[in-house]
Amino acid sequence: MSTPVSDHTASPLIFESGQDGRANRYFERGKNLSEFLPRETLRADLPIPDNSEMDVVRHFTRLSQRTFGIDVGFYPLGSCTMKYNPRVNDAMANLPGLRDLHPYTPDDQAQGALRIMWELERSLCSLFGMAAFSLNPSAGAHAELAALLIAKAYFKSRDESKRDKVIVPDTAHGTNPASAAMCGFKVISLKSDKRGRVSVDEVKKVLGDDTAVVMMTNPNTLGLFEDHVHEITRAVHEAGGLCYYDGANANALMGNARPGDMGFDLMHLNLHKTFTIPHGGGGAGSGPLGVAKHLVDFLPTPYVRKKNDSFVLDFDMPKSIGPMRSFWSNFAHIVRALAYVYANGAEGLTKVSQLAVLNANYLRVKIREFLETPYDEICRHEFVASAQALKKETGVRALDIAKALLDRGYMAPTMYFPLIVPECLMIEPTETESKETLDAFVDALGDIVETAKREPEKILAAPVTTVVGRLDETRAAREPDLRWYPS
Amino acid sequence: MYTPHTERDVAQMLKTVGVDSLDALLRVPDAVKLREKLEVVPALPETGIVSRFEELARMNPGASLVSFLGAGSYRHYAPPAISALAMRGEFLTAYTPYQAEVSQGYLQAIYEWQTYICLLTGMDIANASVYDGATALAEAAIMALNENGRQKILVSRAIHPNYRAVLKTYCDGLDVAIEELPVAEDGTTGLGELARLAATKEYACVALQSPNFFGVIDTPGSAEQAALKESGTVLVAVIAEAMSLGALQPPSQWGAGIVAGEAQSFGVPVAYGGPYVGFIAATKEHLRRIPGRLAGKTVDSNGKEGYVLTLQAREQHIRRERATSNICTNQAHCALIATMYLALVGKTGLRDAAALNVQRTRELAAAVDAIDGCSLKFSAPHFNEIVVCVHQPARHALAKLEHRGILGGVDLGRYYPEYDNCILMAATEMTTTREIQALTKALHEVVHVHARV
Repeated sequence: MSTPVSDHTASPLIFESGQDGRANRYFERGKNLSEFLPRETLRADLPIPDNSEMDVVRHFTRLSQRTFGIDVGFYPLGSCTMKYNPRVNDAMANLPGLRDLHPYTPDDQAQGALRIMWELERSLCSLFGMAAFSLNPSAGAHAELAALLIAKAYFKSRDESKRDKVIVPDTAHGTNPASAAMCGFKVISLKSDKRGRVSVDEVKKVLGDDTAVVMMTNPNTLGLFEDHVHEITRAVHEAGGLCYYDGANANALMGNARPGDMGFDLMHLNLHKTFTIPHGGGGAGSGPLGVAKHLVDFLPTPYVRKKNDSFVLDFDMPKSIGPMRSFWSNFAHIVRALAYVYANGAEGLTKVSQLAVLNANYLRVKIREFLETPYDEICRHEFVASAQALKKETGVRALDIAKALLDRGYMAPTMYFPLIVPECLMIEPTETESKETLDAFVDALGDIVETAKREPEKILAAPVTTVVGRLDETRAAREPDLRWYPS
Repeated sequence: MYTPHTERDVAQMLKTVGVDSLDALLRVPDAVKLREKLEVVPALPETGIVSRFEELARMNPGASLVSFLGAGSYRHYAPPAISALAMRGEFLTAYTPYQAEVSQGYLQAIYEWQTYICLLTGMDIANASVYDGATALAEAAIMALNENGRQKILVSRAIHPNYRAVLKTYCDGLDVAIEELPVAEDGTTGLGELARLAATKEYACVALQSPNFFGVIDTPGSAEQAALKESGTVLVAVIAEAMSLGALQPPSQWGAGIVAGEAQSFGVPVAYGGPYVGFIAATKEHLRRIPGRLAGKTVDSNGKEGYVLTLQAREQHIRRERATSNICTNQAHCALIATMYLALVGKTGLRDAAALNVQRTRELAAAVDAIDGCSLKFSAPHFNEIVVCVHQPARHALAKLEHRGILGGVDLGRYYPEYDNCILMAATEMTTTREIQALTKALHEVVHVHARV
């Protein structure tokens, strides 16, 4: 691949290029502040460099060229739903009437913004079968935390605070147990069965009067639909617990099946996955939290309500767990997500998940020609392959395959997750990729496996075309160098 | 739909998979079948989407009114070079940089962001970001709680009420008690009891915000700092207006162990509340407890310098329920914007902008204070916000100002019943003399109309 990420010259830090006196004139000159404020409140020096605008523009252009995004190439990162991010969404978020609106603007001066939030909330409720959604949480993990706080408050309101166990399958995202721990819950890990599913019997074994919440992802992180989900949620409810749906994989069923109909009481969505919000190198995201009727009163504040023909931010919710963030929502992302819903309508969104599942299955049957696919059945939006046999035969591991894909112009799949699959590659193509792209990816992956068998050292040396080779992560952790220091 | 599939593609792919329809791929048990008609907003072509959102944007007249709103969200100048750079698709559409070899650019930008935050706060280390200022405070408190195992925390009542509310939400989950320090007469935090409370060694941390919610510079003196140190109580410094770091003493100079901040002011739009960018900085002994991503410098197999995400053993995807936090997605792109802002304005620009914030606010304060019927509530030195007492319910005065086309500020009664005659007003480098004159004129009418009634 001849992408700029293969430019091998050095990229100095912004701190190394600056010179005093090279400032840009964005502002008029400020006065000496000792005229206004006591000297002891003022800082003595401000040790950051002045750079010319052109140097800064070149610096960040260069950094962008050393970064791989969806716009650069195919990004089959499992459980991350790296689909195309439509540019019209960004343009809408950037309309001055939305971008320049202050969060403390009185409701009557911000009806458009409130309507946007309300329209998205209503659409999500119908799509996922929930009574209400809070747009407050900033990301999936943030919504999980809010959900578990709601569960805690709900049980407290029923004098059932002894419910202190959260049950999580071994295929769950790491955020599930971490969120549970942040609310003081004890985590019980559940072993998946031979079919890669949560078994009803295993769940029943651990259910009891101390069960607070069972957290599930459906389809799970193996890309498999939990076909006993309704029996599981029924058993949990009979035991007095609540069921949480981790919506990281919602792109597999949007418009075709609903967590609400499966019996889930709480769920989150990752708008930065399913609803095309750009992930921006790690965020910002947005993680709306959906709840069934009996939990609506506990939602974080504020909640957008329609009153007659106008909209208000409701802060007066006595049972609420309280706010989860400084201000109401990641609003610019709510705009982007709603633009995406408008671009599709119900029918379009239904088709989106169908084609996402088609793309994943197409890749699965092509890739199983040369790599193991341990759970070989119809998958949903993603599937797992394993390099275990290849490793035994050639010494080439999942990690090496991933690095060899980088050399061929592809982002690597998610590696070594879920934890129950050895030498795991978790592949999610999304619906926005064409058959031609998928075919080319299959050829590249096939070529890597072939090469591994003939000349494994070539794959073990990958990547060789990138700006740096494999990095010494042990050294990074052992001798942390986390910042530049002025000399 | 943004899907490239032709009918022929679909037919061929179904054949390859060995099923006869898309429905067959998505089959679910009868019990969970979708039976309802979905009600979502109607599908529109792109031209229709643009007209719809333009219409919705016009329904927000508040976005273009003369405004003195601040309170944790500030209208500052952002050089256009920022959006030209930040909107590059490589940055915008990247995921978290797990594959370091093809993410060197973003990882370097995070390393630069961490450095800028350290240089501005005076701390040793900084993370790659958290959601916002409020969650930064909550995460900072959790760091302190986990470090010294104590079960109570102390916070100033002059910290942003939303930050305190979020802290409470988080602490309710952990059964941690929060106690408050009062606001003193001059608008600073009343620290009279601090030394005695700290000496009980019951508090994991004490949180102070400077400039505080009222815009007042609010830092502890050397006696209080010594008492905190002596008792092993971590001082969490809250920075809700990062612009102040361009002018005021960095928190390292007033004893902070952890800094919890919000960097929205560095180029990130107000956008009705988000996304913004929280940060956590700390002295180096807190390294193993800091939440979220960290970018670090290392070398590749040929000894060439490069960057990776590091110390991941703290994080949820490795440590699961024993992680320092559950945070996964953060605010990387907003942190990138802030890094670009700081690179562009540099030392000179940041100093100028911070100074102009103080100057404009002094101009505003003088103009408002001169109105018969208005007075400044607090006397302590302030940065870019002031509290104005209007001697009538603030919400009434604000409604009348709004009627005159001005968003006059935040009604303090909303959060502090004792100050319900007070308005919190902000001025930044964007505030013009003409806007201040318009406010003064309108405010004069408002207080005098009231006086006559």
